[in-house]
Amino acid sequence: MAAKHVIDPITRIEGHLRIEIEVDETNNVVEEAASSSTAFRGFENIMRGRDPKDVGMFAQRICGVCTFHHYERGVEATEDAFGVTLPPNARMLRNLIWAAQAINDHTTHFYQLHAMDWFDVVSALDADPVAATEIAHQFHRTPYNASESHYTQVAERLLAFVQSGQLGPFAGGYWGHPKYRLSPEENLIIASHYLDNLAVQRMSAKASAIFGGKNPHPQSLIVGGMTSARDALDAHRIAEYQFLIQKSADFVERAYLPDLELIARRYRTEALAGEGGGLRNYMSFGAMSLDERPWDQRAHFLPAGLVLDRDLSTVHDVDPMKIAEEVAHAWYDYEGGETALHPLDGQTNPNYEGLNEDGTLKTEGGYSWIKSPRYDGQPVEVGPLARLIVAYAAGDEKVQTVMDDFTDTIGVPFDFWYSTVGRTVARGLETKIIADYVPELVTNLTQNVASGDDRFFNRYEPKDGPGWAMGEAPRGSLSHWLTIENGSVANYQAVVPSTWNASPKDGREQRGAYEAALVTQPMSDPERPLEVVRTIHSFDPCLACAVHVLNRDGEEIARFEVEV
Amino acid sequence: MTTARRHAGPDPTHHDLEARTQEHYEWLAAEADKNLDRLEAQDPVHDVTLDDVLKRRGLSRRDFLKMSAVMTATLGLPPMFDLRVARAQEVATRLPVIWQELQSCSGNSMALIRNANPGTDELLLDLISLEYAEILMAPSGQAAEDVLADAIERYDGQYIAVFEGSVPVAEDGGYLTIGPTGETGVHKVEHISRHAAAVIAAGTCSAYGGIPAARPNPTTAMGVADFLGQRGIGTPVVNLPACPVSSTNVVGTILEYAMFGRLPSLDAYGRPLWAYQDRIHDKCERRGHFDAGEFVEGWTDIEGLKAGLCLFKVGCKGPMAYNNCGVVRYNEGASWPIMAGHGCIGCSEPGFWDTLTPFEVPLAGRVYSTPFGTDADADTIGTVALGAAAAGVAIHAGATALKAATESRSDAKKEQ
Repeated sequence: MAAKHVIDPITRIEGHLRIEIEVDETNNVVEEAASSSTAFRGFENIMRGRDPKDVGMFAQRICGVCTFHHYERGVEATEDAFGVTLPPNARMLRNLIWAAQAINDHTTHFYQLHAMDWFDVVSALDADPVAATEIAHQFHRTPYNASESHYTQVAERLLAFVQSGQLGPFAGGYWGHPKYRLSPEENLIIASHYLDNLAVQRMSAKASAIFGGKNPHPQSLIVGGMTSARDALDAHRIAEYQFLIQKSADFVERAYLPDLELIARRYRTEALAGEGGGLRNYMSFGAMSLDERPWDQRAHFLPAGLVLDRDLSTVHDVDPMKIAEEVAHAWYDYEGGETALHPLDGQTNPNYEGLNEDGTLKTEGGYSWIKSPRYDGQPVEVGPLARLIVAYAAGDEKVQTVMDDFTDTIGVPFDFWYSTVGRTVARGLETKIIADYVPELVTNLTQNVASGDDRFFNRYEPKDGPGWAMGEAPRGSLSHWLTIENGSVANYQAVVPSTWNASPKDGREQRGAYEAALVTQPMSDPERPLEVVRTIHSFDPCLACAVHVLNRDGEEIARFEVEV
Repeated sequence: MTTARRHAGPDPTHHDLEARTQEHYEWLAAEADKNLDRLEAQDPVHDVTLDDVLKRRGLSRRDFLKMSAVMTATLGLPPMFDLRVARAQEVATRLPVIWQELQSCSGNSMALIRNANPGTDELLLDLISLEYAEILMAPSGQAAEDVLADAIERYDGQYIAVFEGSVPVAEDGGYLTIGPTGETGVHKVEHISRHAAAVIAAGTCSAYGGIPAARPNPTTAMGVADFLGQRGIGTPVVNLPACPVSSTNVVGTILEYAMFGRLPSLDAYGRPLWAYQDRIHDKCERRGHFDAGEFVEGWTDIEGLKAGLCLFKVGCKGPMAYNNCGVVRYNEGASWPIMAGHGCIGCSEPGFWDTLTPFEVPLAGRVYSTPFGTDADADTIGTVALGAAAAGVAIHAGATALKAATESRSDAKKEQ
């Protein structure tokens, strides 16, 4: 006998997400899961008729957490349509913003959006600050803000806060849940970093704003280039960027990574049991473009590719034509009995079927505003873990070293990565890999500028036709597709990370990444679904992204004809 | 709107300085007493008494009064405030804030957590009580719903409701549902606002509808103030537009209420004057170049970009936009769009996605319509020749006159 549990809203994410689980009452194991998006804005309609040069600015408002990435991809889609590439300075500036944003995104996600799934703030109140200092030193030679006086101050501050009776964001948490595995001292260490990062994350955001004008929603990208030339030619601004990233990287090194090691050790059993592992296919479109060649020939900082069935011996090329979106369990219909359509041929005919009388999802039919994107008919996971697995399989040495060092330290096999814990650790390791690369990005810029190159913009002639762009955002694979007619946007489509991961079942009843990761999860108390929330957060959901592409009135959408 | 546009105070025409000072202190003391009476009349929000707190810190009541006297002096107030400061500490409850996301991108939440001085930790632990905020709160699902219901009941009529994102009213609100029972966003806004002391619409979407309300507005998205007006809910609303909102403006507005117990004076579009009274153009660091007729002529004009010339010709909407971006900038003063060479897109103005686009096209040379309306002033703006310095003067005069006109119209309306 299974009991249904509705978890809505899922908090500490971007946007509005519902998860429904069916739990076997005899053993408290999740038998079935449904992921549903419950909000809609209609971006696709809003994009139509606009100046193609403006689409990046519009697209950026898809999401304020993945800020910049939709801006960049939207601008790139128009650049592709116009046939314009970037001068080196402009490419480097975009990558500097990409790196700062990724560092900001990952650290903010871990501490502010995810950490409370791992540490128990109430337990931290019982910690002995002296013991906490000793533990912190077991995980790093010079741990971040780990003095006895600092821990004492944090503990007193938290105690005063709790005793005030106004618990703010901590109210109603699953405190004392049996699946919290850390000791009071260990909880205090992460609680302390939770507070530290509220200040530290400002630095990476500020770094991105130096060349982006502001963050969230930077404003310095234009079709064909960048406007922040004056900042990029100013040694003081470049140094400011570099030092802000350096300080952020220092926190990653001395707080974030040690905390992940602590979590990996204490939650090792869950990891080795494969809890939250889910799908067996991992995809990346390539992170940070390093040259101006067409996408399929381009070098990326982290490579594009596809690993199927966790077989690391082969990395498959990603073929953009094999992407298709299904609507069997989404609130849409396709005309002519089609079951799967390439985004270029996409239709969006809404068919809202509503909820059951008790407010639950009608999972036998449509149950989400998100479509089900599939690659060659298969569901795939995207995100930091997918990027690292693809890079590892592709023989990327920097990624192999960091991943192997981590599993060697903990003493676990590679299968460790195929879990909720693995997904969370992978995000942190990627943060380090990106931060380590920043000095080289900065040097590339300073050397190019020193060589006398002050170009930040390439001329173009606007033209009609299709354009598309593929690449990686922190949360995973992001592609934007548009067609231009009579100088205006005729159609706009985006297939985004959380659409891949949060999708409902497809026509063959294959689950999306969230759903697959929840099924078989043992629960200690379905009324306090800590395990579910932890696994969902490990994907870093971004729901506004996932549901921006919908068109409510179902009118005919112009079709793409594009050679890719 | 019940907010007074000008705060009452001592008669500024009084010429005797000493008497004026005394009069000012007496007025301030009376204001403080009123606020303290109000706070003391509230139900206690927690079971911990001042004595508990003092005991925990190893202090006697005498010590506490001494400390209050020191703090009074630190604040530069005369001894008559000693007991009032002590009283304020005794009743101090951090201001309850409920932050509800609607049709949003969470960009305003992200902006908030990037505020400095106070940083987010001070804000959360010391200054306000963020009772409900989906982006930060520990619980999900029913536990999160319970936290919200509890906060609304506990602080009925006392909390600040902050909304982020627009309200979709089409399809009976079906384009946004939140919570285990599938409650609509429409219902959430009604319920939370009805029980709030005041509402802050953070960001352009919640202030004016923003991008979801841009043509063709597929979900009939509305700003919160318009929505509440339609539903006859009279809770005062402060609009804090920009995409996303400047954290300085949202924290400043919350703190103004927390410290002084009042809302700021507003302009015709419901924006606080302290933040939005100046045009971007008037406080722009590149204004000198505009007046001198020195423009970035196009994106290939690298020398113009390097020299930081005026961005009007590459589409800057600074002459049409009101906010303090140029003064406080973003991300701890790191930059702002004009500093980054892009130009302003006018993101604090109602309807800017439709009226101020295409972003790279200067406003001169086409008719500038809505949200100000196509009146004579707007025509002046629309028909000035592009490029001549004289055009700039016309634009300046036109927009300023326009602003004055809308404000005086709005004032007249309020006084009726």
